[in-house]
Amino acid sequence: MHMADALLAPAVAATMYVASGSVAGVSIHKLKKDDESRKLPVMAVTAALVFAGQMINYTIPGTGSSGHMCGGMLLSALLGPQAGFLSMIVILTIQCLFFADGGLMALGANIWNMAFYGCFVGYYLIWRPIMNSRWFGEGKRAQRARIIAASILGCVITLQLGAFSVVLETSLSGITELPFGAFVALMQPIHLAIGLVEGLITSAVLLFVFQSRPELLQGVEPEGEESPRRSLGTVVAVLAAVALVVGGGLSLLASSNPDGLEWALFGNAEEGYAENMGLDEEAYGVESAAADTAGAIQEATSFLPDYAFADSDSAIGTTVSGIVGSAMVAGVAALICLAGGFFCKKKAKA
Amino acid sequence: MNKMHSALRELAEMDELAVRVSPIHALHPAAKLIATVAYILVTLSFDKYDLSGLVPMLLWPILLFALSGIQVRSCFYKLRIVLPLVMAVGLFNPFLDRTIILRMGTLTVSGGVISMLTLMLKGVYCLMASFLLMATTPIDNLCAALRQLHVPKMLVTLLLLTYRYIGVMTGELAVMTDAYHLRAPGQKGIHISAWGSFLGQLLLRSMDRAQELYASMLLRGYHQHFHYADIKPFRGRDALYLLGCLLFFFLLRSVRLAQLLGGLLVR
Repeated sequence: MHMADALLAPAVAATMYVASGSVAGVSIHKLKKDDESRKLPVMAVTAALVFAGQMINYTIPGTGSSGHMCGGMLLSALLGPQAGFLSMIVILTIQCLFFADGGLMALGANIWNMAFYGCFVGYYLIWRPIMNSRWFGEGKRAQRARIIAASILGCVITLQLGAFSVVLETSLSGITELPFGAFVALMQPIHLAIGLVEGLITSAVLLFVFQSRPELLQGVEPEGEESPRRSLGTVVAVLAAVALVVGGGLSLLASSNPDGLEWALFGNAEEGYAENMGLDEEAYGVESAAADTAGAIQEATSFLPDYAFADSDSAIGTTVSGIVGSAMVAGVAALICLAGGFFCKKKAKA
Repeated sequence: MNKMHSALRELAEMDELAVRVSPIHALHPAAKLIATVAYILVTLSFDKYDLSGLVPMLLWPILLFALSGIQVRSCFYKLRIVLPLVMAVGLFNPFLDRTIILRMGTLTVSGGVISMLTLMLKGVYCLMASFLLMATTPIDNLCAALRQLHVPKMLVTLLLLTYRYIGVMTGELAVMTDAYHLRAPGQKGIHISAWGSFLGQLLLRSMDRAQELYASMLLRGYHQHFHYADIKPFRGRDALYLLGCLLFFFLLRSVRLAQLLGGLLVR
């Protein structure tokens, strides 16, 4: 999933550098505040191991093909999200500089797509809530089941988010003629399969660590120590909130070209496509008083209708929409970091 | 030879190239880094149909290859990762963008073909620029330059330490992989029964090793301050190189060099 420089426009590359740089800044600040700089050798050795470990081929039974482990989830489960994120940055930088895997300008995007989702979303929204939940009951067997569930869910979800970001970044850069919807339909299923395999491999490694040295895993209490557990409802609520925030935020960055569904229904006359199903976009929909009221509210409240300023067709409007969207993505990142800090404090008090 | 041996060989080759002596190797790493980033930015800024504008951008990497004494073919091996990815994205363009934008007699070229070629050229150029930076700059000097450019100390130290340990870890895993395959001939990868223990054992050993490493660093006087390589100060010739590069990129971006040269021959 490493993006090459050629797949990004300078503006998109710069935006992703700013987003990833901001998260790196927050991570460094957090590690310094917690006096975790002594962790540096552990981070370096673990990062080097993950780098090398990603070259190992794991045979997938019955398929004849092989898979690799997921670095982001493994590092955040072992080192914590901030240290894991910085370690992933270093791995991606070395891969880019010495192995031409990725690109110097695409580094910001690659960090976001692989390190941010893997470490922060994977840890705060998947690994920790699941490990602190009562899923599968109590005891060692339940903890093993939770590790497997968290690893697989984490790898699948973070890889899906990463793959979606790759599509979004490439489409926003205007690199490919492939319609946005078709590109998404091409990328997501492939990464779903990859995520499942990576999740299984990552869970195998984490289970081995849990079996031998459980104290090395973040968010896992050694046998006999009781900790306040969150209910299944909390886990579901957190995941639902993520879906809403991420889905809502990312939709602002959608391409101005219609997506697969829109394209199939209405076509795009401006782009020269035929009207595929011959439906009139303006007249399409259910007519009702409630729909009219909702439409009026939407008209009044949408500050960037059709991804530009209201009553403006200018490119500036579109550009500002992009910046606002980027700021929102950065905002989501900051919120996730803040949420993590909040839960940390709560846990410490408890 | 397994993947890990190849990776180790690639790292060793880059290290060997970086310590050679040439006018480019002698330049300040910060000047080279900024020039490389500027080159990539200018390359990426070309429109997807601007093939004629993009072609002259080849001059800068070629000039650098010549001045540094590094053979162009040494970076071709690295194209194996970039090109398939770029082609996978660009391959759809000729089918989806069939607007004819060039006619040469009976031969017609669609916009999709041009945009695909532009994409591939951009990929190759950017790869060459990054390769040249690393092939003429040792990692220690690059890290020292990053510190001078105010990149956070924690990140730079982590980069340097990880780079050092990548050799050790990759070597150890290469031996383990060879040993595993010798005991499991004909098996493509690691069997599911050993998925966890294969990497897990090394992981646990490595975590312990990291603690010992930290203890040894403390014994040698490490107090959260890492000593980077001593690099020469930023001199006049470094500034001249940087300014020359930026001016050259500006000219290549603003002057239609290919069309100007073509105009000399074709009226």
